[in-house]
Amino acid sequence: MPQLMNPPSSSRIKVRPATEREGRKDYISIRDYGFWYGQKKALDAISLDIPERQVVAFIGPSGCGKSTLLRNLNRMNDLVDGVRHEGEITINGRSIYDPGLEVISLRRRVGMVFQKSNPFPKSIFENVVYALRVVGVRDRAVLEEACETSLRKAALWDEVKDRLNDSALGLSGGQMQRLCIARAIANRPEILLMDEPCSALDPIATGKIEELIHELKDQFTIVIVTHSMQQAARVSDRTAFFYLGKQIEYDTTEKIFMNPSQAQTEAYISGRFG
Amino acid sequence: MASSSDSSTPRGEAWVWFSGLGLIIGLGMVIGLLSLVVLNGVTVFWAPQVPVATVDDGRTIIGQLAQRRVRAGSLASEPRYELQYQVGLRELNGNSYVWVDEAKIKSESFPADILGLERVENGPAFVRPQSLRKSDGKLIPVTDLAFEDAFQVEVAAATNIREKLVEITRHRIGDVNSEMDKARVALRRAEDLKLAAEVAALRRQIAGLEERFASLQAEAKAVVDRGAVASLVSRDASGREVVVPLTQVIRAWFPNRLDTWGRIKLFISRLGEFVFDEPREANTEGGLMPAIFGTLVMTVFMSLMVTPFGVITAIYLREYAQQGSVLRIVRISVNNLAGVPSIVFGVFGLGFFVYVLGGSIDRFFFADQLKYNNNTPVFGTGGLLWCSLTLALMTLPVVIVATEEALAAVPRGMREASLATGASKWQTIRDILLPASAPGILTGVILAMARGAGEVAPLMLVGVVKLAPTLPLDGAAPFLHMDRKFMHLGFHVYDLGFQSPDSDAARPMVFATTLLLICLVVCLNIGAIWIRNRLRARFKGASF
Repeated sequence: MPQLMNPPSSSRIKVRPATEREGRKDYISIRDYGFWYGQKKALDAISLDIPERQVVAFIGPSGCGKSTLLRNLNRMNDLVDGVRHEGEITINGRSIYDPGLEVISLRRRVGMVFQKSNPFPKSIFENVVYALRVVGVRDRAVLEEACETSLRKAALWDEVKDRLNDSALGLSGGQMQRLCIARAIANRPEILLMDEPCSALDPIATGKIEELIHELKDQFTIVIVTHSMQQAARVSDRTAFFYLGKQIEYDTTEKIFMNPSQAQTEAYISGRFG
Repeated sequence: MASSSDSSTPRGEAWVWFSGLGLIIGLGMVIGLLSLVVLNGVTVFWAPQVPVATVDDGRTIIGQLAQRRVRAGSLASEPRYELQYQVGLRELNGNSYVWVDEAKIKSESFPADILGLERVENGPAFVRPQSLRKSDGKLIPVTDLAFEDAFQVEVAAATNIREKLVEITRHRIGDVNSEMDKARVALRRAEDLKLAAEVAALRRQIAGLEERFASLQAEAKAVVDRGAVASLVSRDASGREVVVPLTQVIRAWFPNRLDTWGRIKLFISRLGEFVFDEPREANTEGGLMPAIFGTLVMTVFMSLMVTPFGVITAIYLREYAQQGSVLRIVRISVNNLAGVPSIVFGVFGLGFFVYVLGGSIDRFFFADQLKYNNNTPVFGTGGLLWCSLTLALMTLPVVIVATEEALAAVPRGMREASLATGASKWQTIRDILLPASAPGILTGVILAMARGAGEVAPLMLVGVVKLAPTLPLDGAAPFLHMDRKFMHLGFHVYDLGFQSPDSDAARPMVFATTLLLICLVVCLNIGAIWIRNRLRARFKGASF
């Protein structure tokens, strides 16, 4: 329900001007990328470049392939049986399908936050430091410092600092999602993928997470999939619109929302279909 | 049709009643079974009043009422009953129990002087005491006021002597015997290999052991002689004199004098003996401690073996194996394994574990033992280890299926979250999936334990015995003897019910043993459920 997140008074979409910063323009580069689930082609001829330390939003109606593309950036779709791909995805010039690159080390560089918050049935502390534990960090001081840093970045520290050893499952929905963000950034990945991170949250929690995205942009390249036009407009620098597995338009968010070059994009953004 | 669909009566009503009936029948059977076992099992330890009954044919009977039943051949409209009394004194009467036609009983009274005795040999006795011959030779008639106190003192003294004797004959002489056996095997080996020095040493050791044996025997005799045995002189129902040495007396009570509290104390004392003592009299009397202990140890080992195997197998099937037709066949086979009759596992256990595995262990590690001890096998015969393994194999499918389901029930998001943080598959399984599915796995283990603890048929082939001289766990190195045969409650029930020479005496014990088996399984399950709930609480948050 994207409408719920939009205050009723403002009918017009406000767009933040794209921030220009130094960094690789083609930090993530997707070239002629196609993807199949068995016989079904989910993505077709996708080509786009994601600049370093910017927020890129993927929008489009359900089933358009935006989540599939996102989940391919850290090869999460490898877990599904019977998938195959064509084309190329490179991160900082190196193919993610490079046989010499272990998928585990790829995922350590590309963190992910899911649509449904999925904390582990462990303490808040153990949730945050999980990524450090799996690479074998044992030093308590290092773990504690990483935990605090990540929770502060995720704007959760003040709420949970007194109960780090409580079960993470006792947190509220918004807190859980921020905990998942803290967990995803604890091992300092370069890229953060967010798959509809606010779709199950109330407007206040959504606001907090959007603020968080702004702050995290300084350190991470963020790719976010969202169903909310407003959210895409509020948080992203660039926006890609997908429809039926095809990339319809990809440009600065300002351009997409103010002056889209494709009729389909305009129709979707103005709510006439999708 | 139209009218029935318009009717306000729900059409499923009949089925509701029908399924409700099924539930009632099921519940009724469970409750009936439990109450039968509990009633029959608990009353064994209760001491009722003991009557003196005079019968038409001139007999007099002193005995505890054991059961009352309709006489064969009597009409259903006017049933005639017959009573079974436990009169005891098997050495005089030939049988502890007599049947009497209820109609032929002329009179019944409950005189206060009737004494019940539980004895080491020949079962119980119900007598009218006459006098006590004290250990110093003095005779105290029952009419004397000092009789009862003196009797208690003498019984306590005699019990003390008996326990000392048991300590010497059973434990210390037993230890000497087992050392002697070892030394003899070693001697035979040394003689065979012509190790002159060793032969001499071993001969000396054996001579020393023989000396100790003789001195222990002398000690035992001294104990018996020193505490010159007091005895009770009494008369049975027909007036014959019965002299019972007090070392024979385990428990004595006046059934018609006891108040309720006295009966409760007697009940508790008998129950305590039942749970904590060793069996006597071909298992029809005494306690069941070895059987309880054996069942417990076997079940625990079975669980320790089946859990890791089952969990590892399930992890492979669910997480690593390529899902396909081969895997489907493997799954069907595993599920079918759960339906194989347990005796088949017993045969497999005997054929593979005992003969092949145990035989090989004996050949490789106990070759000397085999060669110089008349081919007596160590592991090549039934034992605790093989029983546990056989039952572990039998209950394996239960654990595999439960673990697979528990793993499948872990939310996909949790798995993805772990993998997305860069954890390897194994780290994900170890840190996330296994802890999250632990309650489900424990459910499987509980089911496996419940099935394993009550299983008898396969155990009869691979190591359960009627009477084991030693426990599988004791003070002699290596403390835990996985090769030993052991006693088991389930087998004990079978043995009491169908193999006992005195079926009348064994009958109440069958129920008591069954009750104990049920209690043991319930206790094991409660323990496991408690652990599971603690695990569940750990994974559950305060709110969602």
